[in-house]
Amino acid sequence: MTTQVIPKPGKPWEVSVKERSKTGSLIVLAAILAGALVKLPDLLDEAVVKFPDFLPWDVVKLPNIVEALTGIDGKLGFAISFFLIATALTFFRVLRTSDIRAAKDTLLSSFALLGIVLTLIPIVSIVTTVFIKGYKGIHPGLFFNDMALNSVNDPIKEGGLLHALLGTTLMVFGALLISFPIGVLTALYLTEIRGKLARPIKFLVQAMSGVPSIVAGLFILSSLVYPVTKELSGIMGSFALTILMIPTIARTAEEMLRLIPNDLREAGVALGATQWRTISGVVLPAAKSGLVTAIILGVARIIGETAPLLLVTGGGDALNANPTSGPMGSLPYYIWKAFLTGGTEEAFARAWGGMLVLLVFIFILFGLARFLSGRKVG
Amino acid sequence: MQVSPSSLASVAGNREQRVPGTNLIGSGLETRGVHAWFGTKHVLSDVSLDFAAGTVTALIGPSGCGKSTFLRTLNRMHEFIPTAALAGEVLLDGKDIYAPGTDVTKIRLRVGMVFQKPHPFPSMTIGENVLSGLKLAQLKKNNTDELLESCLTRAGLWSEVKDRLREHGGALSGGQQQRLCIARSLAVEPQVLLMDEPCSALDPGSTFKIEQTISELAKSMTIVIVTHNMQQAARVSDYTAFFLSDGGPGVMVENSPTSKIFSSPTDKRTEDYVTGRFG
Repeated sequence: MTTQVIPKPGKPWEVSVKERSKTGSLIVLAAILAGALVKLPDLLDEAVVKFPDFLPWDVVKLPNIVEALTGIDGKLGFAISFFLIATALTFFRVLRTSDIRAAKDTLLSSFALLGIVLTLIPIVSIVTTVFIKGYKGIHPGLFFNDMALNSVNDPIKEGGLLHALLGTTLMVFGALLISFPIGVLTALYLTEIRGKLARPIKFLVQAMSGVPSIVAGLFILSSLVYPVTKELSGIMGSFALTILMIPTIARTAEEMLRLIPNDLREAGVALGATQWRTISGVVLPAAKSGLVTAIILGVARIIGETAPLLLVTGGGDALNANPTSGPMGSLPYYIWKAFLTGGTEEAFARAWGGMLVLLVFIFILFGLARFLSGRKVG
Repeated sequence: MQVSPSSLASVAGNREQRVPGTNLIGSGLETRGVHAWFGTKHVLSDVSLDFAAGTVTALIGPSGCGKSTFLRTLNRMHEFIPTAALAGEVLLDGKDIYAPGTDVTKIRLRVGMVFQKPHPFPSMTIGENVLSGLKLAQLKKNNTDELLESCLTRAGLWSEVKDRLREHGGALSGGQQQRLCIARSLAVEPQVLLMDEPCSALDPGSTFKIEQTISELAKSMTIVIVTHNMQQAARVSDYTAFFLSDGGPGVMVENSPTSKIFSSPTDKRTEDYVTGRFG
């Protein structure tokens, strides 16, 4: 019996360690060069070059030349020169080992990387700032108390944001309950029924997504609050948010439904299903994760809205679990009030704490939605 | 591909011949003067064909000759395309399926369809896919387990998937997916089954299994199959109809018993096509 020699599994297509270290050293070199470009002028601040006597110049300060020529200085100067030097170094290295096409390819990769970094900087910066400044405003009592008896300038351990958390949850949930069916039905009209009104409706939905939130608030204020209920309440906030949420949900759901292949609809109909049964039994389940995305985008659109809530909910400071009556607080309102009406150290700590809670709240909601949508289908 | 007509004829002669009319399970289908349009484009002209109960009819012809369009007029899937238009009659057991007041979903329940590309419903497991027709058409059935097994068995898939009924249909190979789609159409117990190039995306092994399935199904239903593969037409069908378009609307050139089409076709154009002189 011959023993078969099984070779060791490898990944020959991957970049070797040697190549990797070469690239790494190139990056380090770029960093050193960039640092030199920015720092050297400072180090040589007093360095003076003595020119030979036969030249017309006498003495020249070096840094003035470098800085005057490039204008590069400081952290931003370092970042820019680092990127340019690293890009140029990798470009010429690939050009030397390979050809111009491969070199252009690395150029594109470099710029794509730059794009990612530029996108991440504000996100990372916002999240870290909120965490660093916000954790001081967090204490357990925050989640059990409201601000009914406290001013924003009181010591941070007093009062809390339970009312704001509850208000935001209730109003966003209420808005979602109204907007989701309306948005999805609109999307179904546009993609499945494709009636005569599809074009004007699509145009209106697009136009509606440009409605400023303050207009949505004023609309509810003048059409419902003043003439009908004559009272500020949480549900009016939900209505105002609904106006902002429907276009986002309808447009996203429409895009997602368009991704479902027509073959699936035909297969459903060919089995003797009515159009409605095909939509509810085949199309919507296949678009499930897309519809969850629509919900996420819709919630993201409204969860930070302050202006309309200020107008129609009155921005309460006391815990109010009844959305049909009385002012209702919300997290954005809590942040707004602490920032603008206080002015003390405590008030700012409250505002940052509120931001942190809002941010974590959003993360939890999105995580939950992703978890509930299950595996990606379609 | 140059194939001598006699070799195809011998393929057609080798299979067990069913005598039409002795097997009255399933429903007969008949078309009278069917024309079809997409927008203003006339794609199919004056097709009158008889599909006797319990027979297998193959529709052959070059691409764009209207055979798939014709197939889709037989269970009213044609109208699913917004610009579609139609003239003529399609009689299922003597009744025009386009008559006013006809419930189109009932027609599609009786005339099932298998498409060119397999597409199991992505949100459902294999088992749910097979029984999806019952759910979608809101049919009540006892013993769904029995039905599930019998459909999968008739589609030739039971032994391969009986232990993985809870997996998603997308996990199957292309050939298995197509047989799953056949099983799915069988669950609502159609009397006629339309197949639109069911094997064109499949390997020879899967094709062979599906052809076996077709022969098995033909004992209990009427089958109309569109195919580009003339050997397949010769292997599975009792009758073969040849469609052709000369740039204008497609017409049905010849409809004969399969052995005759491949041995002594009446029309010169049929002979040219089946011998591989064009197309």
